[in-house]
Amino acid sequence: MEISRVLIDNEKMRTLYHFHGGIHPPSNKSQSTQVAIARAPLPSRLVVPLHQHAGEAAKPIVQVGDHVLKGQLIGMPDGFVSSAVHAPTSGTITAIDMQLIAHPSGLPNLCATLIPDGKEEWIPHKAIDYRDHSSAELQQLLRMAGVVGLGGAAFPSDIKLRIGKQKITSLILNGAECEPYITCDDMLMRERAAEIVQGAEMLRFMLDASEVLIGIEDNKPEAIAALKQAIADRGMNHEVVAIPTIYPGGSAKQLIRVLTGLEVPSGKLPTDIGVQCFNVATAYSVYRAFAQGEPLLSRIVTIAGNVRQAQNYEALIGTPIDELIALGVALPDTNGYIMGGPMMGIPLPAVHVPVVKATNCVIAASDRLFPPPPPALPCIRCTRCVEVCPADLQPQDLFWFAQSKEFGRAQAFSLFDCIECGACSYVCPSHIPLVQYYRFAKSEIRAREHDKQLADQARERHEYREHRIEREKQEKADKLAAKEKAAQAAKLNSLQQPTPQQQAELADLEAHRAHIRELAQSGVEHPED
Amino acid sequence: MLFSPFISKPDNVSQIMLKVLLALLPGIALYVWYFGPAILVSITLASLTALGTEALMLRLRNRPIAPFLKDNSALLTGWLLALSIPPLAPWWLIVVGTAFAIAVAKHLYGGLGNNLFNPAMVGYAVLIISFPMQMTHWIAPHGLGQIELGFFDQLEYIFLGVLPHNATLDAITMATPLDTLKTHLHLDQSVQQILDMPIYGQLAGHGSEMVAWGFLCGGLYLLATRIISWHIPVAYLGTLFVIAGIFHLLDPGHYVAPLFHWFSGAAMLGAFFILTDPVSSPTTNKGRLIFAAGAGLITYLIRAFGGFPDGTAFATLLMNICVPLIVLYTQPKVFGKKSPKDNPVHKEGRP
Ligand code: SF4
Ligand code: SF4
Repeated sequence: MEISRVLIDNEKMRTLYHFHGGIHPPSNKSQSTQVAIARAPLPSRLVVPLHQHAGEAAKPIVQVGDHVLKGQLIGMPDGFVSSAVHAPTSGTITAIDMQLIAHPSGLPNLCATLIPDGKEEWIPHKAIDYRDHSSAELQQLLRMAGVVGLGGAAFPSDIKLRIGKQKITSLILNGAECEPYITCDDMLMRERAAEIVQGAEMLRFMLDASEVLIGIEDNKPEAIAALKQAIADRGMNHEVVAIPTIYPGGSAKQLIRVLTGLEVPSGKLPTDIGVQCFNVATAYSVYRAFAQGEPLLSRIVTIAGNVRQAQNYEALIGTPIDELIALGVALPDTNGYIMGGPMMGIPLPAVHVPVVKATNCVIAASDRLFPPPPPALPCIRCTRCVEVCPADLQPQDLFWFAQSKEFGRAQAFSLFDCIECGACSYVCPSHIPLVQYYRFAKSEIRAREHDKQLADQARERHEYREHRIEREKQEKADKLAAKEKAAQAAKLNSLQQPTPQQQAELADLEAHRAHIRELAQSGVEHPED
Repeated sequence: MLFSPFISKPDNVSQIMLKVLLALLPGIALYVWYFGPAILVSITLASLTALGTEALMLRLRNRPIAPFLKDNSALLTGWLLALSIPPLAPWWLIVVGTAFAIAVAKHLYGGLGNNLFNPAMVGYAVLIISFPMQMTHWIAPHGLGQIELGFFDQLEYIFLGVLPHNATLDAITMATPLDTLKTHLHLDQSVQQILDMPIYGQLAGHGSEMVAWGFLCGGLYLLATRIISWHIPVAYLGTLFVIAGIFHLLDPGHYVAPLFHWFSGAAMLGAFFILTDPVSSPTTNKGRLIFAAGAGLITYLIRAFGGFPDGTAFATLLMNICVPLIVLYTQPKVFGKKSPKDNPVHKEGRP
């Protein structure tokens, strides 16, 4: 009796929920989990993009020729949604110019080039006890530590912690890692579980969440065991939940659904239903930022695919990817590289582009691993795509509308609820590059709405200015009246101004609106975020 | 190596269609067993015509020929039409029907994936309207005809139109079980009396009921391999069963039992192979139920009260017209939206 009760206490049974669709592509994960994470050697040079996160680029605050220390701020967050960028090691800045980076747009971006001096000389930094600080202070610290989501979308974490008055019930840590080939989170959980669970506690503290759920796909028993152990060792009550292995089970909305049964309403944020979701690696960076005072300088990158030895490396941000690939030794028939997984990754424009905060995996590609698809046939309306769509869409209809450029209809059929997971393309027997059509339609619609938005914003600004002038006038008049009154009453302290509290409220409101706008524009959510 | 996803499931249209063709084989084998090899001749003719017309139309429409010819969809259209019409007919009947199906019902609508109507059923409708006489001469099953033709005699009739000197067309063919039932009911005979006639077997027509079993087996294979979903066959056969059952209970002397309807005519072929044609049926599950239930209802009405012996083909075509509307009003709830009504499609409409 006694024993069974204890068991039940330890193994809380949680009802898991189901989301529609999903696929089971070959996972190809075991190749890169045979050996432990290795620290990549210091590269010959580091190219650190100033824009590696969602939102505004950081502003460079160093100059060519400057000597910088490891962890020194080189890019200042600029704008509400933005994040800091640091020197990953000590050395000299030799260039600040436009360079090719891994980005779907394929456009060059402003980067700082750093030649390491090999000393790894740290800037002074110190740990803090997060319990001594307010949530707002901690958010600012994370922003200045450059902590962003490491699942792939690189959304600044401080923004996701700004929840206003919303009550957060569940903090969800995403350790699902559903994409084939990628194992960086798996290995991190196996090897650094203690740090992750403490990072989770820090996130929980900032959100004041009632429970912490760590969702991990059941194809990672070692990671599940390691986290359970780390939690038990500390007597925490975070809950590790093994979830069914299915792609895209690691997509934030799908994971939330599986763990809580709740659906994030279309166009809303998880916080609107009392849930917030962070990647396990993000929790790890939060831990490093607070408990060790270290900004985000490196991350775990899986090197896999057409290489002699697939493995995970802890690589400095800015490491040229070719230097990492060289560690795994690409096979001779390699004909390209993918950043991310084979379902949602992007082809690298060149192999020398740098590792960024969003680089979870680099796959060497070959025709053997990724045979070029046969020519597409027309859609036969077989609805295999419908059967696998996790967003419950009608991919064949969206395809039809995108193809015939009926964008209004595409939107009416919920095009923007598509998470671009690629499950539909994966199963299509006609080999239609469906997701590509959706991306095209979305960008077309965004471009069209952009002009309209600009006009709207101009109008909004104009109205706001009018409003402000009006208000200032009013305030002046009030002040004058008050002054007169005061003079009449011959009293002191008659100045009337908006109280600091009112000012703070206004700023908060404006920030919130900017946030929402940002989110609406950033569009797609990354499955691993 | 251009864009994600970089992997895909090893599957293609041509394999899917091939599996459907395979699933027809048990029915075809039983067909040959009970009615002789003439059906193989018409399937061959239909196949050649289908491929030829497909190639010609692709050429005319300036489309690549090889990938489309390999997709097996034209073959399937040909086979389904061949299985729907009498096998012992002049060669040009199946050729005209197949050519029309492919050229008009498929390619004039835009080719693979764009046809509103099931091409094979369009071919059938054209034939039954243009050549009603030829469409009523069904071979009698083994042991029931006054004379049985050998394979070469059958070939001679199909291609040259000559019968052996001792045979007449009436002696080697007969009306279908559904047709016979209808005619005799008009003569005020009761169902019980009619079913005692030698052309009837256990459930429906002697021989043809076994062919229907063959199609049922093939259909179950399609279900098991998830090439079709259960919605259409279940809703079609279910509706047919329920309506036929109601009438049968009300007046068993005049309305034949539901199983008779299942195993006669093109009901089984329709339930698993014709109505399930993905291109011309709804894409939503709820839509499939409505579509197939409608087809079941129309099939019964035509059989029991209409002018044609079988109703599957016309039921399919009539319901094909409704597909866009059915799909529009059966959109499922999108993830994160409250109800299907939340999807703005209801306000915007669809093609
Ligand atoms: S899977 Fe491909 S062929 Fe089938 S309905 Fe979807 S888009 Fe059309
Ligand atoms: S890419 Fe979009 S349409 Fe396709 S399965 Fe994923 S969510 Fe559905």
